[in-house]
Amino acid sequence: MPQVTLKINGTEHTLDVAPNMPLLWALRDKLNLTGTKYSCGIGVCGACTVLVDGAPTRSCLMPATTMADREITTIEGLSADGNHPVQKAWNDEDVPQCGYCQGGQILAAAALLEQNPKPDDADIDRAMSGNLCRCGTYIRIRKAIKRAAQYAAEEGGDV
Amino acid sequence: MNAQRRDDRGNMDRRAFLKTTLLASGALLIGVGSCGNPNAGKTGRETWNPNLYVRIDPDGTITIVSKNPDAGQGVKTAFPMVVAECLEVDWKDVHVEQAPADDRYGRQALGGSRGTPDGWDDLRIAGTGALYLLMGAAAKEWGVPTSECSAASGVITHEPSGRTKAYASLLETAATLPAPEVSELKLKSRPSEFKLLGTFVPGVDNPKILTGQPIYGSDIRLDGMLYAVYQKCPVFGGKARSANLEHVRSLPGVTHAFIVPGTDEYSGLQPGVAIVAETFWEANSAREALEVDWETTHADSSEGYAEQAKTLAAEPGETLRHDGDVDATFDRSVTIVEASYHYPFVAHATMEPMNCTALLHESGKLELWAPSQNPQTQRKLISQTLGIPEGRIHVNQVRIGGAFGRRSRLDFAVEAAWIARETGRPVQLLWTREDDMAHDFYRPAGWHHFKAGLSDEGRMIAFDHHFITLGMGGKTVSGARLSANHYPAGLVPNFRLRQSIIETHVPTGPWRSPGHSAYCFAYQSFFDEVALAAGRDPLEFRLDLLSQSFGKPQLDTERGSGTLRVAAEKAGWGREMENNRGLGIAFHFDHRGYAAHVAEVSIDGDRFTLDKVYSAVDVGPILNLSGAKNQVEGAVMDGLSTTQLETTIAGGSAQQTNFHAHPMLRIDKAPEVECHFIQSDNSPTGLGEPPFAPVAPAIANAIFAASGTRIRELPFRRSGFIL
Repeated sequence: MPQVTLKINGTEHTLDVAPNMPLLWALRDKLNLTGTKYSCGIGVCGACTVLVDGAPTRSCLMPATTMADREITTIEGLSADGNHPVQKAWNDEDVPQCGYCQGGQILAAAALLEQNPKPDDADIDRAMSGNLCRCGTYIRIRKAIKRAAQYAAEEGGDV
Repeated sequence: MNAQRRDDRGNMDRRAFLKTTLLASGALLIGVGSCGNPNAGKTGRETWNPNLYVRIDPDGTITIVSKNPDAGQGVKTAFPMVVAECLEVDWKDVHVEQAPADDRYGRQALGGSRGTPDGWDDLRIAGTGALYLLMGAAAKEWGVPTSECSAASGVITHEPSGRTKAYASLLETAATLPAPEVSELKLKSRPSEFKLLGTFVPGVDNPKILTGQPIYGSDIRLDGMLYAVYQKCPVFGGKARSANLEHVRSLPGVTHAFIVPGTDEYSGLQPGVAIVAETFWEANSAREALEVDWETTHADSSEGYAEQAKTLAAEPGETLRHDGDVDATFDRSVTIVEASYHYPFVAHATMEPMNCTALLHESGKLELWAPSQNPQTQRKLISQTLGIPEGRIHVNQVRIGGAFGRRSRLDFAVEAAWIARETGRPVQLLWTREDDMAHDFYRPAGWHHFKAGLSDEGRMIAFDHHFITLGMGGKTVSGARLSANHYPAGLVPNFRLRQSIIETHVPTGPWRSPGHSAYCFAYQSFFDEVALAAGRDPLEFRLDLLSQSFGKPQLDTERGSGTLRVAAEKAGWGREMENNRGLGIAFHFDHRGYAAHVAEVSIDGDRFTLDKVYSAVDVGPILNLSGAKNQVEGAVMDGLSTTQLETTIAGGSAQQTNFHAHPMLRIDKAPEVECHFIQSDNSPTGLGEPPFAPVAPAIANAIFAASGTRIRELPFRRSGFIL
């Protein structure tokens, strides 16, 4: 069985993975990092979004063996204490309903704000339209991203 | 306030009472029980089984048990808010604990928008009873009458002297006092009395959701746990005769592969082939090599149903209700309007696919973690299917990644239980998206043939409705029944509802506001056609329909009219619209809730955009403003989404099995929603369902206003419009 060393949330993990096993299942079933969610398995819903070198990536399609030497951030590692501006804004706007898709939404939003610290609705819609929410929290996602941009600006640091 | 509580039908006929216990930790436990509970009221801790409780710890923490499952409808936050409101404590001091499935708690289901109306009295009794007890304790310690004491933020104040005592300092004294009589409690019931209720409170699970902590069923990880996939026959109800199990067992990571004979019951253990492996990926990869000889009994198709519906339309059908004389009234009507409507099957497609984790302990106890809307039914079903006594089955409740009615069916849970017993190891069964959409309990398809007769004043004086629906063995299947008493029954003097049934093999079930969620589209669209034929404004026509009654309509017509008026007023109903833009209105009453929407759309060729929705909802007082608005906003998104969706059946199987073929709404098409609650002094009722049904017809009516094209079929693209 192939072996791979993955750098996840700043920590290196060496593990045996089945050939072609996507990163999603290495995270969930090998490392018990279950914050990254399975929903479609074909890369169209965004529930499995992780950041790979800062870019939102569908972990359900990406073989784990191709992820060596990359910086992988999962929802568990976005911040040490849940106080990333996006996480704070997500709570203050009370975005989640069922909440299942929100880890992926938050990572996509964090990546957007890295690129564009003051996105408008059109920017948000473009960046976030790969992430499905069956409960329909889209209005609040727009609001929360704007609020997160504000929090980040107030903190004066990087998002 | 009345000492009695409502039963399932809303009748106040059971007595509730309170009991207190001082725990060894020094914490005070206050429980609410009722005569409906055989153990209630007996003395002693062992036999006292409160169906709801509040615990106050010596450190001042207030713990409230949340008994019902939460799938995003927000009860885990809203219900403890009710207790906190009545107990006069600060929300930051409240801690919420999820209860396991246990009959002591009474009904623990999610569905029918029943959580709020069922829980309202108990929650207030618990909070208020605890408050009275603590006030009594403070008064006793001070030697003053309780009437001189007041409470706020977890502190009792003796008004004349200004002395104060924190709740936490009063627990021992409180435990020595008799529990207050429920009949003596003055319960808060009006929005004007609320401080916490009606405010915007973020969900109690947010900190865990937002940091990816394991709270969903599919997040459960147990020592030595294996992962299972379960292959069922693509044709509904098919059975596995044989399979290449030897080969599958030889594949990497696979530990077990076996046939499950199953039963004929759709909502029970369906036949299939289980593959169990060290990881989900290996189990699912092995499935690619699985070859099964299936025995199937039908090849149902959507096209076949449509043919049958056409034939049945010409027949009279069974008359379910007939008020007055419809045919004679048609003869004297000045205008007759006729139209036919249709909607297809639709899958639930919750973001978290069906899953269940099961562990058969050496003691013989079976423990389960399942995202289930009915944890108690789940235990019964598993007990019956596996022959394990219910008392030996423990069901843990987990947060649910979307439900919408799908998880009221517990096929996935009994499958996991069977596989865990067969393998003797803890097992997590996870359905793929394809499993989930190919083996749903779909919202049933239906056909409606309407005929309305108008008087010379343009009033609807006769209404004939032939509903062609789906059934098994001559009985309508789940979600396919139309109540003979539903709106507009009782509002039209000559009213007839007829029904014909097409036999089906497709599993169907409740889908967010079952029945209503589909047929509201049909008749709220048709009423626009009738208003147009009568030369009347669609709003005015609807208000007029609610202005008179014949017999006993199911709904409160004033509350119904109220929602229409508010939605119309906020939308500026009647304002001049630019070319290619339009407003549409629709109203519905279901699950004791009233909702009206005005949709504002713009069209560009065959594309439409839903720009904004103005919603007015009356479900009585609002508990959590955030959760309530979330439900309305979500219902609008879901309603818009569903105008684009269908599940078609061919060769006995569902044809759309992943999201690429099921284009649910994405953020770039999400409309603005302006939500208005009419907060009356009526008891609060549920909000998960009522705002959904009128969304699609409001949009269809707006598209008509913008384009002149009437949409009589879902999805909208069948009438030439895409989002």
